[in-house]
Amino acid sequence: MNGAELLVEALKREHVTHIFGYAGATICAIAEALKAAPELAYTLVRTEQNAGHMASGYARMSGEVGVCIVTSGPGATNLITGIATAYMDSIPMVAITGQVPSYLLGRDIFQEVDITGAVAPFSKHSYLVKNARDLPRVVKEAFYLASTGRPGPVLIDVPSDVQKQEVESPQWPEAVSIRGYRPSVQGNGMQIRRAWETIARSRRPVLCAGGGIFLAGAEAALEEFATRNSIPVVTTMMGLSLLPTDHPLNIGMVGSHGSPAANRALAQADLLIFAGARVADRAICEPDQFRSRIPIIHMDVDPAEIGKNVQATIPIVGDVRHILRQLLEQGVCQPEEGWLSGLQALRRADLDHAPRERGGGVTPGRFLRLLGERLPADTAVCADVGQNLIWTCRYLPMQEGTRFLTSGGLGTMGYSLPAAVGVKAAQPERNTVVICGDGSFQMSFPELATIRAEQMNIKIIVFQNQVLGLVRQYQTQQPYTGPYGVDLDGSPDFQTIAAAYGMDSYCLGSDEKAEAVLDAFLSNAGSSLLIVRVHPECSTND
Amino acid sequence: MQQTLSVLVENQAGILNRVTGLFSRRAFNIESLAVGVTDDPSISRITIRVDSGNNVLEQVEKQLNKLVEVIKVRAQEETRYIGRELMLIKVNASTKTRGEIAAIAEIVGAKVDDLTPTSMTLELSDTTERLDAFQAMMRPFSILEVARTGLIALQTGGGKL
Repeated sequence: MNGAELLVEALKREHVTHIFGYAGATICAIAEALKAAPELAYTLVRTEQNAGHMASGYARMSGEVGVCIVTSGPGATNLITGIATAYMDSIPMVAITGQVPSYLLGRDIFQEVDITGAVAPFSKHSYLVKNARDLPRVVKEAFYLASTGRPGPVLIDVPSDVQKQEVESPQWPEAVSIRGYRPSVQGNGMQIRRAWETIARSRRPVLCAGGGIFLAGAEAALEEFATRNSIPVVTTMMGLSLLPTDHPLNIGMVGSHGSPAANRALAQADLLIFAGARVADRAICEPDQFRSRIPIIHMDVDPAEIGKNVQATIPIVGDVRHILRQLLEQGVCQPEEGWLSGLQALRRADLDHAPRERGGGVTPGRFLRLLGERLPADTAVCADVGQNLIWTCRYLPMQEGTRFLTSGGLGTMGYSLPAAVGVKAAQPERNTVVICGDGSFQMSFPELATIRAEQMNIKIIVFQNQVLGLVRQYQTQQPYTGPYGVDLDGSPDFQTIAAAYGMDSYCLGSDEKAEAVLDAFLSNAGSSLLIVRVHPECSTND
Repeated sequence: MQQTLSVLVENQAGILNRVTGLFSRRAFNIESLAVGVTDDPSISRITIRVDSGNNVLEQVEKQLNKLVEVIKVRAQEETRYIGRELMLIKVNASTKTRGEIAAIAEIVGAKVDDLTPTSMTLELSDTTERLDAFQAMMRPFSILEVARTGLIALQTGGGKL
């Protein structure tokens, strides 16, 4: 077998079923080997960055490691944003890059770039394979590293001569053995008991749940723990859809773009429990003010997250699903009478908030509520970055089974459309909706071709205000004096774009027609595009 | 505050790059760094001096531990380790000053490695502070070149990392 065949065989042994890629000269041998492996579905993207986002969407829906393969040089550098996006959101991914022949490394030849060096700051690990004999071990380690502990992207750089190198009787390792890598799973028993004593003693506890809950598959454990102990739950942006919007314990999303009820819950709590949340600036602006006032329990699989942004009173390192199960065994407690009901009243007020109508154009909040009522319970909602995201977080009602995806950590514009392709590849039956703005749509709409080629059914909603709305909003606040460089002049007619890709499209220009247009759009048999015209002054504070 | 970290790592290409890259991107400042292979040829030992408070040090330790090739990390307690650094120093030395330089060298235990009609090269292994002091003593003779290895450290007593 040659190196490329070993690589493909190794992918099969890792139960890979789907690959997102973009062809290139230095991965022709891998393409040749993939051709002989029809059981591995291959999706050709339109730019390498999106192969990363598709692998991300795939991984988040399937719980498996997402895989992408691109060529050396510009293929690899284009993928960098996809890798960084996955890193910030802790998404399990294996990225394979072609490389120039190993005997020419370092000569700056055509399409050569030091990609392992370039991704070091935002990958969990990387390999430059210099001998094809190492490939079985490297691939096994890469999948193990990507998917265990705190998940993340791992890159394997394979020079083209290594892909062609013949290996006789390759060795397939049974297990992975890396002496410097031993992620914790169970929470320390003493810390669990200390945490439980603190929880049982607290009168106004709040549990703040983040994206780590999804990654650990701890959704059920979270709900059980919160329900049994009547602990109100707030989520970070990455934790949205952990609980349905109308769940009695769900107090909403925290942070600078979060809901007043959720932020009030944090301010009034006498105990904060962070579960699979990084306590980053967008979620908690001044973590130290909590630390000085109330105890903090912080559970995370990555010990480096504990004490990084907030000093925890009781740190618990481990898999948050195991930790929550361990805590469940400790007993049952009840917070102060009126604590939950008070927050629920605030929550109700948030959900009933009537968004400001601007006159001319659609009111995003009103539209998103109507959309949420119409989406099937199992829908995957992929939101992009900008006002569209903030509005979606705030107004879109999510049901039991709804899954919300966004690029919460890196905030990568153009994430939503390719992520939705990944979702569909993982779960073809799942209803999938993209919500983006006219800025982010123009970053990713070449992937409409991928959607068409794969015959996927994805419903794409584009909020169109002809402006980079959230940046515009920032520029109109102190210390800035007004918008600059944010008008999307020259944008194409998106309905013509949709038609060019053979996709039906709809346009909604006012609140009055929203119900009828939404019904037509959502009942369309295939992929379709809905343009939602929004007044440029429309703000996330409306 | 200066702190010393001992780090055992896989003896592989690229690991030093990962370690130093981690320092720069987390905005931690390296004061000195020394690397060498251990008695086990598959393991290298890196000794890093950082100028930081305790919070930063804890974060450095944790981030280092996250690197897959890092096997062990320990912050050395200030009073519980032997720290040594090696210095080679070349100074101007004429027939007039040679004797005085040699006398100072003898007092501090420095060795004369090279001698020319106009210069002397001395070698001293000691604590960082004593090397600093020796260097200051040599300054009046006009230092031509200095090379220092950075600190290496082992904990005192029978324990090991």
